[in-house]
Amino acid sequence: MSDSWRQPRRVLMAALGALTVFYLLAPTLVIVPMSFTEARILSFPPEGFSFQWYQRMWTDRQWSTGIVNSLQVAVLTALLATVLGTLASLGISRGRFPGRSFVNGLTLSPLIVPVVVIAIGMFGLFVQWRIAGSLVGLVLAHTALALPFVIVNVSTSLQTMDRNLELAAANLGADPRRSFFHITLPIILPGVLAGAIFSFITSWDEVVVAIFMTSARFRTLPVEMWEQVRQAVDPTVAAVSTTLLVVTTALLLLLVVVRRQAPAQ
Amino acid sequence: MATADEARRRPWPSLVGARPRFNRWSALALPAVVFLVVVFLIPLLAMGLRSVTDPPGAGLANYEQFFAQDAYVRVLTNTFWIALLATLACLVIGYPFAYLMTVVPGRFAGLLLIAVLLPFWSSLLVRTFAWQVLLRDTGVINRFLLDLGLISEPLTLIRTTGGVIIGMSHILLPFMVLPMYAVMRRIDPEYGRAAANLGASPLSAFLRIFLPLSLPGVLAGSLLVFVLALGFYITPALLGGLRDQMISQLIVQQIQQRLDWGFGTAMSVLLVGITLAVLFAASRAVRLRDVFGSSVGED
Repeated sequence: MSDSWRQPRRVLMAALGALTVFYLLAPTLVIVPMSFTEARILSFPPEGFSFQWYQRMWTDRQWSTGIVNSLQVAVLTALLATVLGTLASLGISRGRFPGRSFVNGLTLSPLIVPVVVIAIGMFGLFVQWRIAGSLVGLVLAHTALALPFVIVNVSTSLQTMDRNLELAAANLGADPRRSFFHITLPIILPGVLAGAIFSFITSWDEVVVAIFMTSARFRTLPVEMWEQVRQAVDPTVAAVSTTLLVVTTALLLLLVVVRRQAPAQ
Repeated sequence: MATADEARRRPWPSLVGARPRFNRWSALALPAVVFLVVVFLIPLLAMGLRSVTDPPGAGLANYEQFFAQDAYVRVLTNTFWIALLATLACLVIGYPFAYLMTVVPGRFAGLLLIAVLLPFWSSLLVRTFAWQVLLRDTGVINRFLLDLGLISEPLTLIRTTGGVIIGMSHILLPFMVLPMYAVMRRIDPEYGRAAANLGASPLSAFLRIFLPLSLPGVLAGSLLVFVLALGFYITPALLGGLRDQMISQLIVQQIQQRLDWGFGTAMSVLLVGITLAVLFAASRAVRLRDVFGSSVGED
């Protein structure tokens, strides 16, 4: 339809597109320059330039332990979710067993059930299991939230891969394990890595479940931020926000690289 | 399941012979299934149980309490109302954008996709905080308008329903655009050309060819946004006023402040029930795979 376009319509669409891109990106990015302000309050345009709020973030014990806790939880979540999710994808896309649609639904349902409800359900039992307010509890909770992303990504890789390669490996005498590690895993690796990256981000940014699963002694960065934004806000919160955004964006760029490395299929 | 001995004799059981009810690959799904049952499903079921047993012998009392009070029912209708408005806002902004993504050359389409995916994956809390900073009485928008002399005193933007809708539609927009784009890009441009060759004006070609073919995407996106909006907590809590309370806020309030687990879990069950009912009702018109498939990062 594009070649039947007349000029004014084109200009209108381009303007609308630019406006929407602005709407999508600008409101969030406004935080970034504000984090470098010299002033003691959040202001735009920012006054002067300084790293004082980043310094504050690193030296303040609450913020800095928040960063460390968040990184720990996100790394452990990514590991656990990637292992469980990759195995599950293999089982779901190649397995044959009764109740497959139940398993399919179960693995995707953490995306559908409202996160507040998930948080309260888990909190209720995790308190009884004595893992609420701890690293273990939060990693388990975040892994459940992250699993669907791993399974969708790895399953897509598995669906597009040519299984004749495995047959060839078997014909040449490779046992299933060898064929998995030498043929299958390298081919689906981009999907696995994408799943790992999405799991990390899911945990790194997650706040609602974390509000319930953390305690005064063990807090993640988003929870610390949540506690702050409801009171008087100083520019440290902008520095924290920028940190959260930078980590996520860097990982998404990594994902683009991973996808580009994927063998053409 | 096959014993180790059998497995050695038949290393590729799924490729030869009669189809068994199980094959060896199946076992690989087991750890994740057990994990989700223990960490996710059992807690949800326990929550449901608690809603009818806390306080002991509660039965349906917690649910009756909810529907007996106008204030609670108002929160529920308000939740629907806000979710609906946010969905409409996303639709109005998202449709032209998804359309644009399908008609621009590939390189630009990639850039537009990045513009959608970056906010999609960045922190909801950070984005809500950004809107707080923008919408405050002393915020960026009011300062800008005051400096321009367009207004003489700050507009009340935050702690209003409008503020909640703005923040939520900004956060939910990618969930609208991605399913619509997934459907629109599959529409064969030849149809449009054929219509033009047969004398249709661009407008009528759009209205009679493209629009109807894109409707599955519109439905999928709207459904996804609406369902997600129903469960929003952070954004209405930071951008809304007391009158804009949504059901998630009420749930957290009951559990965290009043420690009223019976009532809190009953409302949670209600929220899940409504979400599932909306999805079930819509599943007749929409393929749920389209809804959730495109929202988790592929494509």
